[in-house]
Amino acid sequence: MSKSYRDGLPISPENFVDQLMRLKRGSIGRRDFLGLTGLGIATAVMAREIGIMPTPVFAAESLGDRMSIATWPNYHDPQTFENFKKDTGVAVEVNVFGSNEEMLAKLQAGASGWSLFVPTNYTISTYKKLGIIEPLDMAKLPNFDGTQEDPRFTAEGTIDKVIYAVPKNWGTTGFAVNTKKLAKPMTSWKEFWDTAMAEGDGRTMVHDYQLTTIGNALKYYGYSFNSLKQDELAKAEELLLKVKPHLFAVSSDYQPGMRAGDAWMTMCWTNDGAQLHRDIPEIAYVLGKEGGEIWTDFYAIPKDAPNKPAGYALLNYLMNPQVAVKEHLANGAPSTDARVNKLLPKEVLDNPILYPAADLLTPLEFGAAATLTDPGRAELMARFKSA
Amino acid sequence: MRGNVLRKNLLTAMLLAPATAWLVVFLVLPFIAIAVFSVGERAPEGGYQAAFTLAQYANLPARATAFWNTMVLAPVGALACLLVAYPVAYYLALLAPQRWRLILLALVVIPFWTSLLMRTYAWMYILGGRGIPALLALAGIEDVRLINTPGAVLLGIVYGYLPLMILPIYVSLERLDRRLLEASADLGATPLATFLGVTLKLSLPGVMTGFSLVMILLLGEYLIPTLLGGGKVFFIGNALVDLFLQSRNWPFGSAIAITLVLVSVVVLIAANRISTRVSGARRVDLI
Repeated sequence: MSKSYRDGLPISPENFVDQLMRLKRGSIGRRDFLGLTGLGIATAVMAREIGIMPTPVFAAESLGDRMSIATWPNYHDPQTFENFKKDTGVAVEVNVFGSNEEMLAKLQAGASGWSLFVPTNYTISTYKKLGIIEPLDMAKLPNFDGTQEDPRFTAEGTIDKVIYAVPKNWGTTGFAVNTKKLAKPMTSWKEFWDTAMAEGDGRTMVHDYQLTTIGNALKYYGYSFNSLKQDELAKAEELLLKVKPHLFAVSSDYQPGMRAGDAWMTMCWTNDGAQLHRDIPEIAYVLGKEGGEIWTDFYAIPKDAPNKPAGYALLNYLMNPQVAVKEHLANGAPSTDARVNKLLPKEVLDNPILYPAADLLTPLEFGAAATLTDPGRAELMARFKSA
Repeated sequence: MRGNVLRKNLLTAMLLAPATAWLVVFLVLPFIAIAVFSVGERAPEGGYQAAFTLAQYANLPARATAFWNTMVLAPVGALACLLVAYPVAYYLALLAPQRWRLILLALVVIPFWTSLLMRTYAWMYILGGRGIPALLALAGIEDVRLINTPGAVLLGIVYGYLPLMILPIYVSLERLDRRLLEASADLGATPLATFLGVTLKLSLPGVMTGFSLVMILLLGEYLIPTLLGGGKVFFIGNALVDLFLQSRNWPFGSAIAITLVLVSVVVLIAANRISTRVSGARRVDLI
């Protein structure tokens, strides 16, 4: 059926009567009548909504009428999924997770029911090794344009030249400081840990997450964020045990404490930092000059996805810069896609929390899969928490 | 006579069948799965891989602090609960006017209609900087910190488990034969002596039930210390969450879980023994 600017416009009463008369005269077919008056669309929409007719065929493959995505809390513009449903008839069920480990456990157990999910960079090689994610069929993702992506952010989704995941957005792990309570300017992880034991005594939070808490303690000595070396980890442990009695909390849910003014300083992810600073301007976000973590969240499709066509369709939809820009405005994390950055308002691109200066980004490291799964680091974290 | 006994046994079996089936499916089978996991190994990427080793049990000392903290928290928390609950139960059972009693009892139970997580979050805000400390700041007392202190954890525990302690004590006090109190007074006992010698002693089964109930639940508690204690004190519950959901060391987590169950059983048996000995209660048949 040809498209015209009138498609989707309501028909005027006069026009409707005209067309009805033409139908009666036989100068127009019944199908054209339904099309021209909009009654056909109305019938189709109603039938779909109440489940009488199958959903329309999209790109030669049936999309079904529902799919499920696993993602992070407050990570999408809810309107995105509404619009996707309007366009394709596929309702998206959103499952929210607290950690990559929980996602991995659920997917590994099988029958997760997800057709799309959002793993962080350091888990992708593990998913690939376990054989539970699908190499992406890029022909089904015409909206993705690899040339517009910063290779620094896309690299971890590609293993042996096969693309397993495409990036959603990236971010950093720094710390947030309430500058009214802790006025001394800070620029490093060394200052973070030293302040925690001095002016920030009883008011500092660290993540309940070994990757970042141990990683940033390693940065105190200038070691790699991903270090697995015995002697370096021993030094980090010594520091953590020394700081422990001075902490306000070991928790990754740091926004309530910072907002209430109970906590004055916390390890912090980009999007939380941006939200805290937006609502409480005296809360600053600092990237340690020694380095620390940079991360990318990706989209990937499980091998056992029950509705792969819809998973691809939604992924392709999310890769549309016009859609992605709304996603980024909603969740606050910076985009990996140059086309999206062009559409973002200037004040977002100029926000140093979201888009830090290049010299601060250079020393940052991506967390490694081995760092996350290392049993030694898990035991270190347990000793720290039980000290 | 014989047929009578047989019929009684059959009836007992039929009455117990649904509960037994339920427990087999949801308690015994998962327990067996956990027991199998506990002699296995952690797969390189986390999770479980089949093996037969006692290495996980040998590694238990790595969580000694968590066990120790739990062994302290459980009885101390239960005791604090008891101290608050007993006067309430006493008032409800012996002093409260008959027509108010049901309403007051309902008030004890109503908080249970809301999830413990929600109620604990409410305490986070009450104790947090915008709650009581903000009121204190108005009175000129600045920068008071209540949240993430041991006191906040104790408060949360007493609040969360209070109804479980009040109800069994209330039941045992309510059934108390009032004539015994009169007899005690008639024989010259002071009110205090009557309370200690008669009331308290006869309510001990209820006290022991409430105490062991709260204590066993506290052995697995992790929510309240995490939310109101800032996750700074590590209990067995926290160790289990980390091992299953973070480092994904299921075999070690399973070994700890099995050990915790065994400890709970020992606590339960001990509580039962003490309660039977002190109150001289006899075994009661089902029918």
